[in-house]
Amino acid sequence: MAQLESSFKNMVLVLSGIALFAAGTLASMYEFTKAPIAASKVAKQQNAIKEVLPAFDHLGEPVKIADGNENMVVHKAFDAKNEFVGAAVETSSNNGFAGKIVIMVGFDKEGNIFNYSVLEQKETPGLGTKMVDWFKTNKGNQSIIGKNPAIANLTVSKDGGEVDAITASTISSRAFLFSVRNAYHAFVSNKDEVVASANDTIQIN
Amino acid sequence: MSKNSNLKVFLNGFINENPTFVLILGMCPTLATTSSAINGLSMGLATTFVLLGSNLVISLLKNIIPDNVRIPAYVVVIATFVSVVEMSMQAYLPALYDSLGIFIPLIVVNCIVLGRAEAFAAKNTVLKSSLDGLGMGLGFSMALTMLGTIREILGTGKAFGLTLFPDKYGMLIFVLAPGAFIALGYLIAVMSKLKKA
Repeated sequence: MAQLESSFKNMVLVLSGIALFAAGTLASMYEFTKAPIAASKVAKQQNAIKEVLPAFDHLGEPVKIADGNENMVVHKAFDAKNEFVGAAVETSSNNGFAGKIVIMVGFDKEGNIFNYSVLEQKETPGLGTKMVDWFKTNKGNQSIIGKNPAIANLTVSKDGGEVDAITASTISSRAFLFSVRNAYHAFVSNKDEVVASANDTIQIN
Repeated sequence: MSKNSNLKVFLNGFINENPTFVLILGMCPTLATTSSAINGLSMGLATTFVLLGSNLVISLLKNIIPDNVRIPAYVVVIATFVSVVEMSMQAYLPALYDSLGIFIPLIVVNCIVLGRAEAFAAKNTVLKSSLDGLGMGLGFSMALTMLGTIREILGTGKAFGLTLFPDKYGMLIFVLAPGAFIALGYLIAVMSKLKKA
């Protein structure tokens, strides 16, 4: 078959045909992958909640907080006796070195940081990406685990705080700690609500 | 004879016309995604899939696409394949999708893909075009994996995530962009030396 002539009619027909076919393929692909994509996002979030909290039995209804342009979600956890064991706070910062940083911070019922998990970040590989483990590693003053943001000054040591920043990634470290402090504020400001939704009252330092 | 020439088309992408080391095409993903061996390999395989698909479809359609609109037609075909890769990766390999991120949609403008469509698939049979796409793609994957392995070993002391020596002896520069240029330059030099020999 010889090459089709580049007449106006042929060009319009062929291009429209190809575009229509592509649109059809993509639409069906989208439908096909929609459920797995949503499922993998939920699974990731659920895993993060499990990772950052002490052992719990069930989760309360997530509480959404819009604080300025930051959206935070507080997931409260209860044990089998419906006693409050802690809360995981999902928070984000746009002050990172590259793009948005989304983290999940878990607090026990006293407000101490139990663990954290980085959900989303695009920091420099080998530098800022170390945040995934850096602030959990018990070395020097770099770990934030077990600290209570109400007592401890969770800023980098360069800013007068008591946490060692990631080597050569002060910006990423600042953004990370900013999110942690934000998460704590969300945790505290929801304290009453947290307590009210548990059956027993909880002492918070 | 024809079997031989098919094999030659397939092997072209590995050594003689390796897209990275000889044609020096597609440098953006080459430099950006090879900070570790596994990232390089998966980027290469994603590109291979797109190359194979687009070469196949374009060689099928080559006679019904009028010459004046061939580039837009090729780009639509390529973009469709890329979106398919992106969505499947997001659905079934979310961890990989997170680490490659923006570079998956950027396969659309990877000049290897458009280059092979224009230079090869538009002039050759379906079988040869598919072989060319596969060969070029695997050659690209090979190059990215080599570059990724070298950078990962020198930068962090690991290869495919396995620790070879402690992290603290790693040279940070090889994880960052300048190290990518240095490693790529030496690899190209070694490859052209080997090719001449």
